[in-house]
Amino acid sequence: MPDQRPEVFRTASATFPVVERPLGTWERLYGNGTARKAILLLVLAAAWEIFARWRNAPLLFPTLTETLAALQHSVAVGELTQAASYTITLLLKGYAAGLLFAAVLTALASATRVGADLLETLTAMFNPLPSIALLPLALIWFGLGNGSVIFVLIHAVLWTVALNTHAGFRAVSPTLRMVGQNYGLSRVGYITRILVPAAFPSILTGLKTGWAFAWRTLIAAELVFGASSGSGGLGMYISQKKNALQIPDVYAGLLTIIIFGLLVENLIFKTIESRTVRRWGMQV
Amino acid sequence: MTALLQVDGATLQYRTKENLVTASYRVSFSVHKSDRFVILGPSGCGKSTILKAVGGYVHPVEGTIKFNGAPISAPGPDRVFVFQEFDQLLPWKTVRQNIVFALTASGKLTKQEADTRAMHFIEKVRLTEFANNYPHTLSGGMKQRVAIARAMAMEPEILLMDEPFAALDAMTRAKMQEELLQLWDDAKFTLLFVTHSIPEALRVGSRILLLSAHPGQVKAEINSQGTDTARVEQLLFGEAGGGAHA
Repeated sequence: MPDQRPEVFRTASATFPVVERPLGTWERLYGNGTARKAILLLVLAAAWEIFARWRNAPLLFPTLTETLAALQHSVAVGELTQAASYTITLLLKGYAAGLLFAAVLTALASATRVGADLLETLTAMFNPLPSIALLPLALIWFGLGNGSVIFVLIHAVLWTVALNTHAGFRAVSPTLRMVGQNYGLSRVGYITRILVPAAFPSILTGLKTGWAFAWRTLIAAELVFGASSGSGGLGMYISQKKNALQIPDVYAGLLTIIIFGLLVENLIFKTIESRTVRRWGMQV
Repeated sequence: MTALLQVDGATLQYRTKENLVTASYRVSFSVHKSDRFVILGPSGCGKSTILKAVGGYVHPVEGTIKFNGAPISAPGPDRVFVFQEFDQLLPWKTVRQNIVFALTASGKLTKQEADTRAMHFIEKVRLTEFANNYPHTLSGGMKQRVAIARAMAMEPEILLMDEPFAALDAMTRAKMQEELLQLWDDAKFTLLFVTHSIPEALRVGSRILLLSAHPGQVKAEINSQGTDTARVEQLLFGEAGGGAHA
């Protein structure tokens, strides 16, 4: 038998230690992702400079200042800008073509069961195959030119984008599917207005991975075959500078690729992310 | 008066990986305009499957389900679903956009008209200040209110609700039942409501279909007026008193 205890009543307190207080400068800076990353980059740059000066072997590992000077010079004479714009144009063409094929294949896969089997089988076969390994064959088929490079770029982008999109479609909850059907949408409307946004986190992952694969493949292709095909891209720029033993310029070429990677990730993909999946609460 | 929805000897089956399951066996009932028709039964009585058949997502292997005299072939905006799951709102649209999209995608209204009507129903479920919020910022009860507002805005001929309050806490649930009845008082829509809760069936329903489990068969079809929990339990579980199925 529990004790009989008196009932308790209280009135709420009107004074609190802290209800709301603005954060300090340091707390704000730490809470800002861009600031955190910028500081991190500065630390890495400093580490590079210090290590290179201590190592003191300009032919093996030039300092950041030397590299930046080479970068500035190459940009000033227009050599590097030309190479970079050539590479980027080719990259965008290949990426766009890869996305187009991926869209067709995924649409087919979401429409029929045979299409899904086809996509899964093809992906299992070709996704592990390094694109660069197809380049010799592509050169035979399409000759020494952009055609063969775009072919390997499509191969680099297609499978990973299709695989991620397909996986995203399959992960859409049965409830959302039924809601979509309830509105009486057409087949195309159902895919574009329900499945694509619902699967967007996966699609975005596919787009990012595809972009990275495309870069790697293109630079590798240019390094190996760019000189022979006579086209001037970043890969060829790096390879020529190496042959001329202008090592700071080699580093400047690599640094350009890194800068583009950072810009695309932080400006384009981050913006898409914060305007879509983050805003929708699909990703924290 | 002819029935809006006529279910005649409908047997419903679904496949799992290993088995073919009969969810309901030769179920018959009819729903009239402005009915608040509740399908009540224990888990496994196939009540959700019956609702999905009316929605057009599954088809009877025997018997017929006729809506306005014609057999149901596919899902459509004349029969709008409210699900139990909180994820039935499109996460990439705000509360308001969710309702507008439902109205425009189904081709019922133009964007302008849809927007006006959306705001009207958002106000009805008292979510005006959350109209521009994304669903992930709302509580479970608020999400269900949006789903109900969305379904009502579409002004379907029949509103299909599959345990819409089952995932809510008891206090919110009681409040939502109250609100649903108030909305019904305003519009007198036709409601087909599935639940496994006897008190909820008695509160929400005007007419109640009682089903047995494995597979679901009709035990009785009663009026909720003048019926209490004890009578429903008696009808559902017979002399045994029903302890085993609660």
